[in-house]
Amino acid sequence: MRFVKRHVLTAYALLAVAYLLLPIAVVIMFSFNAPKGRFNYVWQGFTLDYWINWNSMFGLQDAVITSIQVGLLATLVATALGTMIALAIVRHHFVGRSATNLLVFLPMSTPEIVLGASLLALFLNTSAIFQLGFWTIFIAHVMFIVSFIVVTVKARLIGFDRHLEEAAMDLGATELTTFRKVTFPLIAPAMLAAALLGFALSIDDFVITYLNAGGTQTFPLLVWGAARVSVPPNVNVVASAIFLVAIAIGLGNVFWEYRKARRPQGA
Amino acid sequence: MGSFFHRHPRFTPYLLLAPGVLWLALFFLIPLVFLAYQSLQSGSYPDFEFTWEFSNFTDAVSDYHEQFFRSFLYAGIATIACLLLAYPLVYWIAFRAGPWRNLFLLFIVAPFFVTYLVRTLAWLNILSSEGPVVGLLRGIHILDEDGQLLYSTFAVISGITYNFFPFMALPLYVSLEQLDHRTLEAAKDLYASSTQTFLRVTLPLSAPGIVAGTLLTFIPAAGDFINAALLGTPRHTMIGNVIQAKYLESLDYPTAASLSFILMGAILVALLIYARAVGSEKLTG
Repeated sequence: MRFVKRHVLTAYALLAVAYLLLPIAVVIMFSFNAPKGRFNYVWQGFTLDYWINWNSMFGLQDAVITSIQVGLLATLVATALGTMIALAIVRHHFVGRSATNLLVFLPMSTPEIVLGASLLALFLNTSAIFQLGFWTIFIAHVMFIVSFIVVTVKARLIGFDRHLEEAAMDLGATELTTFRKVTFPLIAPAMLAAALLGFALSIDDFVITYLNAGGTQTFPLLVWGAARVSVPPNVNVVASAIFLVAIAIGLGNVFWEYRKARRPQGA
Repeated sequence: MGSFFHRHPRFTPYLLLAPGVLWLALFFLIPLVFLAYQSLQSGSYPDFEFTWEFSNFTDAVSDYHEQFFRSFLYAGIATIACLLLAYPLVYWIAFRAGPWRNLFLLFIVAPFFVTYLVRTLAWLNILSSEGPVVGLLRGIHILDEDGQLLYSTFAVISGITYNFFPFMALPLYVSLEQLDHRTLEAAKDLYASSTQTFLRVTLPLSAPGIVAGTLLTFIPAAGDFINAALLGTPRHTMIGNVIQAKYLESLDYPTAASLSFILMGAILVALLIYARAVGSEKLTG
């Protein structure tokens, strides 16, 4: 009986994973489809055309470039701002600490449509300063990414041994040198993880971007526009490429953790 | 710079906070004020005037209560579906997967690596009336000859469930992974059956994960409009669809703004009721 139960659960887990991965397989599969009509919903035949001429869809290349530019820039700024907030919250006791925690938590617990709508309300009422476009997308992305960066870096900082920094200072290092030589190398992995998360959130964001983009196209906006008219396999090609890069990084990390776990302690 | 920090250590946290907090104040808090301002305007595009137009709110509720109800209903069902689907999977990963743990965690977040809109469109392929799923269901007479899965309540809720699944699974995993295995052994030593152990030890100890997962799934699900737009029909419109259409298509900013506020308020109320039900200490962790 125990044996059966154990295997029922394993079978379920494998089924659930299949459910999670099925749409991904479909996305990749249909990037090789040769659709006859405007829509790419039914399998017709195999072709590599859309991988070779991935940018043959009007506006796709520009949209992808814009998405990457916004993603890199917003991630860079948000990682810097978020890490500093995390350092302040974990390291210092100051008046307004819990208010800061709340301010960081709130954007994560507000529906995206409200975040997007309120930013649009700001931009519409201050159109002398803000014209909708690349920079308003950038502003919006930094705003909603920062909180995720804070949370990710904070988690790492909490388990951090402060004695290392005190030792550095005792040995005559200034605060800046201590940060550069001790603190930064220790929190760099967390910052990298946070930055990857931030970039993933940015490149995938539709709702907030859609409300604040004006005429600028990002990749998700292009897909939205296409969804009503025709979605060529080029879209699947780009989505598959993004997925493959992300999963390669993810698998690299899994492998690294696995090796680290197998290595004897202290080595 | 170092010496400045040395002389004024009290300022260090504020200097660290300043840029990020300023950004959030300027582009998160102040926009909410503008949203409030806009929600009380009257007139039509592009000439809106601030007139303390509180009727925007009452009109919004009376015109769109159906969409509000639907949003919360769909989000609620999807959240429960996520919980029921995710719990056994995550339980297996935490207790049985051994060295495969990290790989299976990667599988859970894998959908996030595919652009949201594209992975939602993939369900169009899967549920399409010409596709194998509908074919199979028609073959075994679960669906009628001309029955379909797409453009239905089922399709919209399935889409939401799929898209927000990782938000439920990850916090659940964290709470199960941190669970002290000695408590399970203790239960066994005290002759609890495996069902009793699960119901009286595992489940209560994973409550923080259930609570966090429920919130992380329900909040974005209630504001979602992509699943309803792509997998449903106008009969499945959620409040997110109305807000974005008012902003970008009919340019009725005051109504859109008041709807956004009501959505936020309704979610807050739902949170409070939920906090009441589960105990507030579990909500804050």
